[in-house]
Amino acid sequence: MIIRRKEFLQLGSLATASMFVPKFLKAMELPARVPPGNKIVVILQLSGGNDGLNTVIPVRNDIYYRSRPLLGIAKDKALSLTDEAGLHPALGHFKKLYDQGELAILNNVGYPNPDRSHFRSMDIWHTGSRSDQYWNTGWLGRYLDAQCCGTDALTRAIELDDVLSLSMKGESVKGMAFKDPRRLYGTANEQFFRSLNTASSSDHGEAPVDYLYKTLAETMSSADHIFKQSRKRLTQHTYPNTDLGKSFQTIASLAHSDIQTKVYYVSLGSFDTHVRQQAQQERLFKEMNDAVQAFTDDLKKQGRFNDLLLFTFSEFGRRVNQNASAGTDHGTANNMFLIGGGLKRAGLLNALPDLTDLNEGDLKHNVDFQRVYATVLRNWLGVDDGVILKGNYRLMDFI
Amino acid sequence: MSNAKKNLHLLWRAGFGPAVEQWTDLDRYRPDQFWSALVNSSQKSPAPIEVAATAIDGLVMGVRTFAELSKKELDADQRKELQQRNRNGIRDLNSIWMNKMVNSSAQLREKMAFFWHGHFACRNLNVLYQQQLLDIIRQHALGNFGTLLKQVSRSAAMLNFLNNQQNRKDRPNENFAREVMELFTMGRGNYSETDIKEAARAFTGWGSNFQGEFVFRRFQHDFGSKTVLGRTGNFDGEEVLGLLLESKQTAVYLTTKLYRFLVNDVPNAKHIEWLSDRFYNNKYEILPLLEDIFTSDWFYDPTHFGTRIKSPVELLVGLQRMLPMQFEDASGLMQLQRGLGQVLFYPPNVAGWPGGKNWIDSSSLLLRMRVPRLLLGEDDWNLQTKADDDVQMGMMQSMQKRYEAKVNWSPLLASCASIRFEQLPAHLSAVLLMTQKPQTATLLNKMIDPADRSNTVRALTAHILSTPEYQLC
Repeated sequence: MIIRRKEFLQLGSLATASMFVPKFLKAMELPARVPPGNKIVVILQLSGGNDGLNTVIPVRNDIYYRSRPLLGIAKDKALSLTDEAGLHPALGHFKKLYDQGELAILNNVGYPNPDRSHFRSMDIWHTGSRSDQYWNTGWLGRYLDAQCCGTDALTRAIELDDVLSLSMKGESVKGMAFKDPRRLYGTANEQFFRSLNTASSSDHGEAPVDYLYKTLAETMSSADHIFKQSRKRLTQHTYPNTDLGKSFQTIASLAHSDIQTKVYYVSLGSFDTHVRQQAQQERLFKEMNDAVQAFTDDLKKQGRFNDLLLFTFSEFGRRVNQNASAGTDHGTANNMFLIGGGLKRAGLLNALPDLTDLNEGDLKHNVDFQRVYATVLRNWLGVDDGVILKGNYRLMDFI
Repeated sequence: MSNAKKNLHLLWRAGFGPAVEQWTDLDRYRPDQFWSALVNSSQKSPAPIEVAATAIDGLVMGVRTFAELSKKELDADQRKELQQRNRNGIRDLNSIWMNKMVNSSAQLREKMAFFWHGHFACRNLNVLYQQQLLDIIRQHALGNFGTLLKQVSRSAAMLNFLNNQQNRKDRPNENFAREVMELFTMGRGNYSETDIKEAARAFTGWGSNFQGEFVFRRFQHDFGSKTVLGRTGNFDGEEVLGLLLESKQTAVYLTTKLYRFLVNDVPNAKHIEWLSDRFYNNKYEILPLLEDIFTSDWFYDPTHFGTRIKSPVELLVGLQRMLPMQFEDASGLMQLQRGLGQVLFYPPNVAGWPGGKNWIDSSSLLLRMRVPRLLLGEDDWNLQTKADDDVQMGMMQSMQKRYEAKVNWSPLLASCASIRFEQLPAHLSAVLLMTQKPQTATLLNKMIDPADRSNTVRALTAHILSTPEYQLC
């Protein structure tokens, strides 16, 4: 006998209530604005290995144009930053932020003995390990571990995704992942899950089953909390109707509420442009540019921009030479954007990559990415970076 | 403690949980009888899982010769075609092997192969190499660890993954030697950096050809004298592996890992010492070690029951053993593996899946609890997983499809045929769960609908499979 799904739909309570949303969750009274000083970090992961050389373009470098006869972006097409450097033409808003001293560019970021596998290199960026270490926790997860526990531990770091990244997993605390607060609320409040949670006592023991019930309880209360907060002061700003646009819209609504979230994490991809790079990178950059524009404009309007630090990263850059398929292959060191009203140093923070000094056709890194993490943890989030990164890295001066 | 509960414990740890047709045997036999049956049904060498033999043939015909392939003289379209075939091949390996885990009576062998798949974790996008490695671990899953180690170390999949193709006399690459010592045999902290450097020299010249056969490149091999773990000689790779096996620490490391996988995440020093002594003296024979574990009284101590968080693969396989199901499209299972954090053939790194509480975060727990509903077609597949660029090469994948299965309820319904209505919640819980909160039992008792037996059984089952308790075995 085979039961088809329509028949099964009528079977039990599991089928109901998954999208139930109470009406009382209307906008509530809040002070006009979030008081200044509540700093947040937004991390934008460019998955797949973004081509840094076509992001920040060395417009006076002959080697660049010789290596990329087809893909090289001409000086007059690039958005000029300095005599030497231009931005990808799709990044108009980034250029504006640069002109206003609200964007910094860090070149040649990476780590020794780079790995060219997406997964492994992302693993390294997520955990903050060296390339010969295998860690099970992420740097932001360990940031959560290091905070005092409390009921809102999970909501201190939020990822806009269906699956939680390794970077957000600590030893004892893990961040929350969801695409949409309403859907999260609906899923967590499925009737049977709610009954299980209500029936279980609040003092959880040490057994694995208690750990699962404790996680369920925290998930449900966090889902409630996040959904309520996300409705308190829904952003009125217009966002592009893209995945990334919607994610930034959710982040903005939460950032305008009084939720205690310190870290937001969102990914865009895929930047793995082995073939026909131009179209793919341009499409993704347009999505990024428009979403970041809406977000930064919104935060400025709400007086939150000075408390924002947004940065981008990718697991690696790409080879200097274009390949035979109008694309580029996996490379090594890469650049990062840092955006916000609280930058102490803006513009180009260091020299563009030296194309005369390559390692088998790949850029050499001269800034360990962990130094950026350390700086963000210490100077922005005000925590002990050494404990979280399991080592001491020289701080930088952009914040 | 009843025999039935002990048998369930054994079936979950030495296999992928009870099959619905074993239900009525559970209180009819003793655990030692179940153990003998498990051993018997896993005795014979498994038939290899082959997806690539023809694929590679076809592919080679399509793009000319091996020589060209190995010299990478392919144009973009040929390369794309090759990658696509490899991706599809690995997807097929994944689904065929998972199917074996569900349906094979060689449960012990497949379970141990699954353990070795995590132990010898290897990311390699060449389907032929992956298929060869899978065959090695399935053939030797219950055999001799020394043989298994040597075969894995000579496999194209591992040699390529750990960069030993680049390990040459004048330019050693230590990656392979390091991981063999750190992850496959002794464990961190039991050797020095010099041991790694010297061992790496012994593995110089070990590589593979395009067909995935082991080749020894003698001109790249360092024939000089090496000192590894205090022993000096003109060692080659095989002899270094021998030295690692001579170290008692290797037996301790492996036994500890197996104990945590099979018995309890919290190691018991006394039991591990006893097991590792015997494993070592037994020259690393795997089956006797398993026999020691699964026939020991302490294995059946109820404190171990329901303490292990199932890995995503164990969860998905266990479900299918109890509720036989057919998939029109196996992509759903792949997507669940991805969403839950464990895709066969794509371990996070050479250290394998960390396991235990690492499986659980708020989103993965909710997804686990939704899995039965998704498979039964009761919930929206609104799950979107991040792209894996090693797999997808930058291509986006549409994820908005539904993948529900056709579920065959009749064996389960038949198993409950003689059970009184008010006994159904307890009866189903006893077989499906290794631990249960009293409140969950109370909730389930409220779900009895005396008007419809079959609906009651199905609703109770779907709910039980959606509990936090079902995540444990």
